[in-house]
Amino acid sequence: MSVAPQSGPAPAQAPAEVLMEMRDITLRFGGVVAIRGISFDIRAGEIRAIIGPNGAGKSSMLNVINGFYHPQEGEVWFRGQRRKPMKPHQIAHQGIARTFQNIALFKGMSTLDNIMTGRFTRMRAPWWQQAVWAGPAEREEVANRAFVEHIIDFLEIQAIRKTPVGRLPYGLQKRVELGRALAAEPKLLLLDEPMAGMNVEEKEDMSRFILDVNDEFGTTIALIEHDMGVVMDISDRVVVMDYGAKIGDGTPDEVRSNPQVIDAYLGVAHD
Amino acid sequence: MSPTFLYTLEVILNGLMAGVMYALVALGFVLIFKASGIFNYAQGVMALFAALTLVGIQQGQVPFAHLINAVFGTEVRDFGWTVPTLLAILLALGVMVLFAWAVNALVLRHLVNQAPIILFMATIGLAYFMEGLGDLMWGSDLKTLDVGLPSGGSFWLEDVTRGWAAEGADYYGMYIDLLDVWATVIAVALVAALMLFSQYTRTGRALRAVADDHQAALSVGISLRVIWVIVWSIAGFVALVAGIMWGAKLGVQFSLSLIALKALPVLMLGGFTSIPGAIVGGLIIGVGEKLFEFSVGPLIGGATENWFAYVLALLFLVFRPQGLFGERIIERV
Repeated sequence: MSVAPQSGPAPAQAPAEVLMEMRDITLRFGGVVAIRGISFDIRAGEIRAIIGPNGAGKSSMLNVINGFYHPQEGEVWFRGQRRKPMKPHQIAHQGIARTFQNIALFKGMSTLDNIMTGRFTRMRAPWWQQAVWAGPAEREEVANRAFVEHIIDFLEIQAIRKTPVGRLPYGLQKRVELGRALAAEPKLLLLDEPMAGMNVEEKEDMSRFILDVNDEFGTTIALIEHDMGVVMDISDRVVVMDYGAKIGDGTPDEVRSNPQVIDAYLGVAHD
Repeated sequence: MSPTFLYTLEVILNGLMAGVMYALVALGFVLIFKASGIFNYAQGVMALFAALTLVGIQQGQVPFAHLINAVFGTEVRDFGWTVPTLLAILLALGVMVLFAWAVNALVLRHLVNQAPIILFMATIGLAYFMEGLGDLMWGSDLKTLDVGLPSGGSFWLEDVTRGWAAEGADYYGMYIDLLDVWATVIAVALVAALMLFSQYTRTGRALRAVADDHQAALSVGISLRVIWVIVWSIAGFVALVAGIMWGAKLGVQFSLSLIALKALPVLMLGGFTSIPGAIVGGLIIGVGEKLFEFSVGPLIGGATENWFAYVLALLFLVFRPQGLFGERIIERV
């Protein structure tokens, strides 16, 4: 892929445009190779899943995308440009938001404050204006607050707006975390096992939210998930990893019928 | 009103104001502990250093004069000018911000992800380094700090309270140091400003976010390094305020760094993570030790102020380890 002519946000329905491309990514921790030479792309507007057994390197891949890890080899291309090595907070400012496998919320803060903090990259007013509610700062705060309320409505968590998130049950915490990531209006949303540890009903809710986010906000989503049923239902394309290498890539149907994938991951006999 | 009641009232009032002075030091500890989980042993020395710097700038002292004289055989001491108080305070604040930046660039940056005990040890080293640096820069003699705040008793208050006592009673009015009153006013303003900052600004929200979860803070675009410089700068500012009030009260001397020790029991009472806790803890210790000295002290030979605060803190450690306002220790299983 060459340098893309346009740099503005891509329209939601433009499946051909590549938002992010990973080229020959290799990540090592000392002598352990977590990711070996993996390439794949994420197209604007799609839901892209990364699956694989435990220890396959899925979370490492997500951490490479959001800058927690820096690969020893390979290139990351984002919006048509090769990305220089960056700190995670700089990558957040580029429009990549994420959730974590073991929920990482601001436990002392309310749901509302957590999601407001997600708008950090969207706040511009200087602090001395914010502290005294000066005109421009207040207008900005009101606009941000309105957006956050929209997200709260969207995720159906109005009832817990003021509750400190440390007290919420697991499923709701996951939802708040999704809300915080959405608040940044990301160009790319990374979800690290959004349904881990949930019951069937909570999983259905979360699947619906992910699809709605993709629909309504036009957000490109890359997710890691263990539950095969869910992955196949909601994703447009799937990357399969095993022992740090890529063993499959394609639509859910293509992946499902790939014998290598079946051997390595599904563990189902050929028939 | 009986003189005993009035005496008790006076003791309580003086205790409250002494408590405010403790709280000023405790505040600096809380700010840094909350945002980075570091117990900053150097907070007391920072207050001393800030006060030394303020006096030095105000009186136009040449920094490192002793060193310069020893090396070059010169006889420099003063620039021969004095700097207006407000400007000197701003310059001293600038020095504290510079210091905050240096601590992060030279020390903390290299200790990221180390155990808390290692960071704590680093701050002990920092404390001794700063004490030496303060000595080298500004000299070790006792200095008087005058920032133009009134001090001494209030005659007005003495006259008014004398009228409250019963006719013919042996009572000469209440003594309250005006400097303590000013310290209280300034502390209230400081806490109000800190609250507004942490509740309503994006940086304040980021501070609280970093305190809760580093990874999540990074993922929403918060730079830990910037936040830590800001936190240490604010702690430096609080140290400056504490240094000014303590320096004006006792003179700027190296024993000021020991006031930090009195902040420890304050923190144990109030909780290490709560700004209101630091204030209330300071007040309880201030009033507690004055009242105890006033009522029980004479029976056991006095000088109870030296240990009362620590015994109270010990009791709290046994029955309520998180302090009055500290975050409850909740474990979700």
